[in-house]
Amino acid sequence: MESESKRKKESPNTAELAVTASFPDEVLEIVLSLLTSHRDRSSVSLVCKDWYRAERWSRTQVFIGNCYSVSPEILTRRFPNIRSVTLKGKPRFSDFNLVPPNWGADIHAWLVAFAAKYPFLEELRLKRMAVSDESLEFLASNFPNFKLLSLLSCDGFSTDGLAAIATHCKNLTELDIQENGIEDSSGSWLSCFPESFTSLEVLNFANLTSEVNTDALERLVSRCKSLKVLKVNKSISLEQLQRLLVRAPQLEELGTGSFLQDLTARPYADLESAFNNCKNIHTLSGLWEAVPLYLPALYNSCANLTFLNLSYTALQSGEFAKLVVHCPRLRRLWVLDTVEDKGLEAVGSNCPLLEELRVFPADPFDEEIIHGVTEEGFVAVSFGCRRLHYVLYFCRQMTNAAVATIVQNCPNFTHFRLCIMTPGLPDYLTNEPMDEAFGAVVKTCSKLQRLSVSGLLTDLTFEYIGKYAKNLETLSVAFAGRSDRGMQCVLEGCPKLRKLEIRDCPFGNEALLSGLEKYESMRSLWMSACNVTMNACRRLAKQMPRLNVEVMKEDGSDDSQADKVYIYRTVAGPRRDAPPSVLTL
Amino acid sequence: MEKSGLNLKATELRLGLPGSESPERGSDKNGNAAVILSLKSFVGSGAKRVFCDATDADAKWVFSVSEAAAGRLFSPRGGGSSNNNNNNHGKVHVGSDSGLGGPVLEDGNGACVAAQSPKPVMMVQDKKSHEIAPSKAQVVGWPPIRSYRKNTMSSQSSKNDDDSEAKLGLGCLYVKVSMDGAPYLRKVDLKMYSSYIDLSSALEKMFSCFTIGQCSSHNVPSRDGLSESRLMDLLHGSEYVLTYEDKDGDWMLVGDVPWEMFTDSCRRLRIMKSSDAIGLAPRAMEKCKNRN
Repeated sequence: MESESKRKKESPNTAELAVTASFPDEVLEIVLSLLTSHRDRSSVSLVCKDWYRAERWSRTQVFIGNCYSVSPEILTRRFPNIRSVTLKGKPRFSDFNLVPPNWGADIHAWLVAFAAKYPFLEELRLKRMAVSDESLEFLASNFPNFKLLSLLSCDGFSTDGLAAIATHCKNLTELDIQENGIEDSSGSWLSCFPESFTSLEVLNFANLTSEVNTDALERLVSRCKSLKVLKVNKSISLEQLQRLLVRAPQLEELGTGSFLQDLTARPYADLESAFNNCKNIHTLSGLWEAVPLYLPALYNSCANLTFLNLSYTALQSGEFAKLVVHCPRLRRLWVLDTVEDKGLEAVGSNCPLLEELRVFPADPFDEEIIHGVTEEGFVAVSFGCRRLHYVLYFCRQMTNAAVATIVQNCPNFTHFRLCIMTPGLPDYLTNEPMDEAFGAVVKTCSKLQRLSVSGLLTDLTFEYIGKYAKNLETLSVAFAGRSDRGMQCVLEGCPKLRKLEIRDCPFGNEALLSGLEKYESMRSLWMSACNVTMNACRRLAKQMPRLNVEVMKEDGSDDSQADKVYIYRTVAGPRRDAPPSVLTL
Repeated sequence: MEKSGLNLKATELRLGLPGSESPERGSDKNGNAAVILSLKSFVGSGAKRVFCDATDADAKWVFSVSEAAAGRLFSPRGGGSSNNNNNNHGKVHVGSDSGLGGPVLEDGNGACVAAQSPKPVMMVQDKKSHEIAPSKAQVVGWPPIRSYRKNTMSSQSSKNDDDSEAKLGLGCLYVKVSMDGAPYLRKVDLKMYSSYIDLSSALEKMFSCFTIGQCSSHNVPSRDGLSESRLMDLLHGSEYVLTYEDKDGDWMLVGDVPWEMFTDSCRRLRIMKSSDAIGLAPRAMEKCKNRN
């Protein structure tokens, strides 16, 4: 690039044209192949026809944030050389049961297209897609170079599908099964990896519950010398874990099984020494049913930990504090709120490098339990961890003042997701809405990309967001706002908005229609349990042909109301695989 | 009134006020008294009324828990919705919780203030169990937690029978705490506390009008128990006393036995009016004697 501009300065006009005309495509392709960012590639492809062509031939990875925004045919036509595909399907609220079953996002049609056009496909990463065993079998049998399968929050398959992958994918390096709705009928899939199979680098089956054959697992781990990531499920005991660690001292990420076993002194020493021998572990998770007694075995390993995931481990504040003292290098921490404010204080005191904190509720639906974290824990962390930029925090109370303090301490938030679990709860000290809290967030955190709001909120919150959150890309809103004006402020004010998801808010047709032009610059809009009518949706659909406007009707609701609306831009036109409960307007 | 998308025909939701009549509703299965409140009123979207016409089938019920000024008696922090069975899959539950006690009103400044009112107990007709649980309803998909996590956590924590009063799981020991006259149960994790004093002050914060203050002076493991006269002092000294149901199903006064023995055998706690508790003392004494 630099040399081009230099030449332009030295020899203007005709020489300039000659340079660009004689720049061969192959060279351009090589240069462009060094570009990895999807956004950069999109920009590059818009420069001119030559660059568009070079870019499409040189692209090997594609990321599709909404599987319905494009069709397999369009994709394969444009990009002939894809080796790696990432696809996201259902709207995020499907994770919370707000989307009807059989909504769509089935991977199968994509796989069929890939088998024809990308027979050398190597990597597939799916999020919120419907995946059947049949599809997994198809995948296993049609792509000889297949290396990497990652499934997150998908559903529709069972361990039979995994067995097919294990059996047929001779070049598999990564099998990563996370938080899916999987039908776990048996652990025998693990035994399907042939004895000759040695290429595995990542194995994550923490999601599953069935017992696997531990001998088969041990042998697998022994012969896969490049194994870097091993995350086992609950059925693996402490003693079995120790045997695995001994066979894989090179591990970098470990998901322990159940950390619960009656270990006598000798096996405990073995466990401790096994952990000490794994000098490269930087990520630790699992620890299901961890009993504090055995945690000290981890202490030495914790010195190098950068990511600790205790989100399925109910540790009390004392035990957790003792553990966290040993983790000075921690950058990412996921915990349950059983650690309480005291536990978070310990984090603030011991983890100055912390960048990401997620606090999940142990008992979100049982309001009789009053334990958990409050604003104090969050404030304590903010004082000690000034580099914090990603937070997901579930709590039962919050104050405006606390949030103001937090963002003053940590102005670099890129992701601020605060969930005050009782809908519409005001500041518990002043009884005022939480408007000023989120106002402080958007005013102070200029890099904010993602925001989830909660608590009692008036339109003022959204005025603040529209006015200050200029880098905001994703906004989640529930039980908030007073009038259409709230939503309008956001649509008018946030230039980079890509995803907007709203539930149970008093936003209606005026708000919906005010975003007419905006929606084409966004990935999607979700509105459920708001005040939107079918007629407004029809009007929107009519005026914006490049948007798909889908309405999900509930049984027995008024015909004129649009209960759940999902709007997204697409070049593929209306989809044909919607179930009867989803109307495309 | 806008639609909430909730299938009210499938799930009957009733807010029962003692003695009140259920307004006319199409499919009134259980005939309970019902008052239906509007969800929108609590998000303050211009619907200032809090009780809406009960024939409006789209209304959602709002239940609020008292905060700040009102109802110190039951001031749970951030009380939300709960249902003893964590079933939240697409079966519609109506209602949500603003976290304020009683119906929500807006004062002149637009802030939400809890009205002081007797707390209606919300009845949820659970189609599965056919029992009416005095608990609050859940909102579908709230809090926003992935199904996988929900299922995993709930299976981990209910290792015991669902009927058991104490939930042991994840290293916790939750027991229910009820108080005479209060509509809510609370739960505490006995493992959080190391002595009667700890427990007492925590419960005091939760339900602030009782004491077992006198009890704390007896928190000495080596002591056998309380002498009869001191028990009487205790009972006469305060309006409420703390009692517990032990493994054998007997109701005992809290403070009789060493702390560890107490946490081992306690299944449930109850804050009882001291006038009702008098009969417990002799039994407690006897049990203590028998244990020694």
